[in-house]
Amino acid sequence: MIAALAFYVFAAILIASAVMVVTSRNPVHSVLFLILAFFNASALFLMAGAEFLAMILVIVYVGAVAVLFLFIVMMLDIDFTQLRQGFQRYAPVGGVIGAILFLELLFVYGSWQFAPDAATLRMNVVPVEPGVSNTEALGRLVYTDYVFLFQVAGLILLVAMIGAIVLTLRDKSVDSKRQDIATQVARAEAVVLTKVPAGAGLATMGITRRKLPEAPKPKAVAHDDPGHSGGGHH
Amino acid sequence: MNWTLILPELVLAMAGLVILAVGVLPKRDTDFATGMAVLGALLLAGVLVVAQPEGEAFLGQYVSNAFTKFMKILVLAGGALGLVLAMDWNRKEGLARFEFAILILFSTVGMMIMVSANDLIALYLGLELLSLSLYVIAAFNRDSARSAEAGLKYFVLGALASGLLLYGSSLVYGFSGSTNFDGIADAIAGSEGAPFGLVIGLVFVLAALAFKISAVPFHMWTPDVYEGAPTPVTAFFATAPKVAAIALLTRVVAGPFAELAVEWQQVLLIASLCSMVLGSLAAIGQRNIKRLMAYSSIGHVGYALIGLAVGSEMGIRGLLLYMAIYLFTNVGAFAVLVAMRRDGRALEGVDDLAGLGRTDPAMALAMTVFMLSMAGIPPLAGFFGKLYVFLAAVQGGYWTLAVVGVLSSAVSAYYYLRVIKVMYFDSGEALDPRPPSLSVVLAGTGLFTVFFFLFPTPFLAAAQAAVAALVG
Repeated sequence: MIAALAFYVFAAILIASAVMVVTSRNPVHSVLFLILAFFNASALFLMAGAEFLAMILVIVYVGAVAVLFLFIVMMLDIDFTQLRQGFQRYAPVGGVIGAILFLELLFVYGSWQFAPDAATLRMNVVPVEPGVSNTEALGRLVYTDYVFLFQVAGLILLVAMIGAIVLTLRDKSVDSKRQDIATQVARAEAVVLTKVPAGAGLATMGITRRKLPEAPKPKAVAHDDPGHSGGGHH
Repeated sequence: MNWTLILPELVLAMAGLVILAVGVLPKRDTDFATGMAVLGALLLAGVLVVAQPEGEAFLGQYVSNAFTKFMKILVLAGGALGLVLAMDWNRKEGLARFEFAILILFSTVGMMIMVSANDLIALYLGLELLSLSLYVIAAFNRDSARSAEAGLKYFVLGALASGLLLYGSSLVYGFSGSTNFDGIADAIAGSEGAPFGLVIGLVFVLAALAFKISAVPFHMWTPDVYEGAPTPVTAFFATAPKVAAIALLTRVVAGPFAELAVEWQQVLLIASLCSMVLGSLAAIGQRNIKRLMAYSSIGHVGYALIGLAVGSEMGIRGLLLYMAIYLFTNVGAFAVLVAMRRDGRALEGVDDLAGLGRTDPAMALAMTVFMLSMAGIPPLAGFFGKLYVFLAAVQGGYWTLAVVGVLSSAVSAYYYLRVIKVMYFDSGEALDPRPPSLSVVLAGTGLFTVFFFLFPTPFLAAAQAAVAALVG
């Protein structure tokens, strides 16, 4: 009874927040509603007994993807009213395509036949040994039966990483401000040794440091310029 | 058994990892050494494919038979030739970075997994490994706005196609209860009539694969991406991935969905007809030779799909031969495009070929051979490719396909002949001398195209064995 109630509450909030993601005017609100949707979906997973999926959903989607979305929406200067400009013009086409997809879904649902004992079968699809957690069972499967696919998925991620580096990394850029520790340590003009003659007081030597020949100006220059790499001066 | 069976993919992927690790270490660019190492790895994988035993591995997720061997050899050849075309070009364009060869290698691994996939998940992962590498190398000239646009356009549309594929796969899985091809075939055989959801899932999967082979009406991205990407990358796009995607399409429709032939035949029939017509008509007005080749490749996919649409063993044999001939002819034609460079600047206009007949007779002759072969003029290889698919169409009683095929072939001859006319009858300045690697590729593919008619038997036998393994 309580489980059913919880299911309907989570499902209702999930659908409502999904609608809000699409309809809300402020993109930041959209992303926040998306996060709410993820949380509710994860709660549904928990209720279905898939605690691993639930946690992964929170960690990956809320923790990484949605936060990234939020950053991008807040940091990029995207004119969302301009993005919506073609809405009136394209709405009919989009509506027709959406309607067709929805009809197809209905047809698919109509031709779906439920086995009479589906409800009980669903409870024990894979006979899991007692004492073996959800995560462990999944791990056993992924690293044995599906190890080939698992490795291929790893290769895909590797290619994604290579691609990101190839397309964005610029080694010899003039604008890059890098710390060159060797230059920094070897910097000569940072410490000035002043030979103080015996008996010379403040009147002759002064209280302040001797003036350096020319102070380095903070500006974007090549990273091998020793004047720029003074740690923490700028 | 599992790991020994997938030895070609395993060795190739491991070689890729090692080359990647070694390539990062030195300070200077190691593009030449890396390229050579990747070529060696591809060659080694080719040898391993020939020696590969037949069978299934990983609970039927991976399959090896005469069909997969035939297609993998083609894919490996396409990958190696694409890399050879690219290496000199990349140096001249200032794109000589060692990651290029690595990406070609990993895309080849993806293609091999696609060809051998016997499971919807393996299919998707192989396709994604291929596509992700292709998105990156399309944008490899990252300082050029056109190249970046090509990469982004391909990425966005490709992601949409992947979404369609996944949606279709989930429907297929939902209605058949299995992601394994054999399991799907059993489920279809066990049910009376085709479940409606399964057919919808099949159509989604077909749409996604049609996007990958750029069959009409999923071809919109092709001209823009082919034009924007660096020329050798375009050459690679037009050859190996297309062969792999065709192989995958053939395996999907002839394997698990063989019982639903009536359903997929009409989809492929329309795709084939539209591709042939659009490929021949739209290329006529093109002034940019890369766009022209893009439309030409759309047309060729149409001809190849005839073989699949008729759904007979003979048709699939014709399809396999067509793809083999298409691969080598296209690599040759693109070698000429890669060599088009004057005063160090790459050229892309059809008119830039003017006067080639006098300034570089050997290359002009090779280009003539490739163009005539693509048009399907008799003694050349392209004629036999078309002959076998048209024969299959006639024997299967698909007269519309054969007639439209012959007619659009005649129309497309116009723009192929126009290239020849520009080379021999217009006057123009000489191109820069071509690098020796291109001469080797030109000579090899040219000789194959010209002398194919002397020794078609081994190719026919290999294709026949492949079809027997696929259907049997």
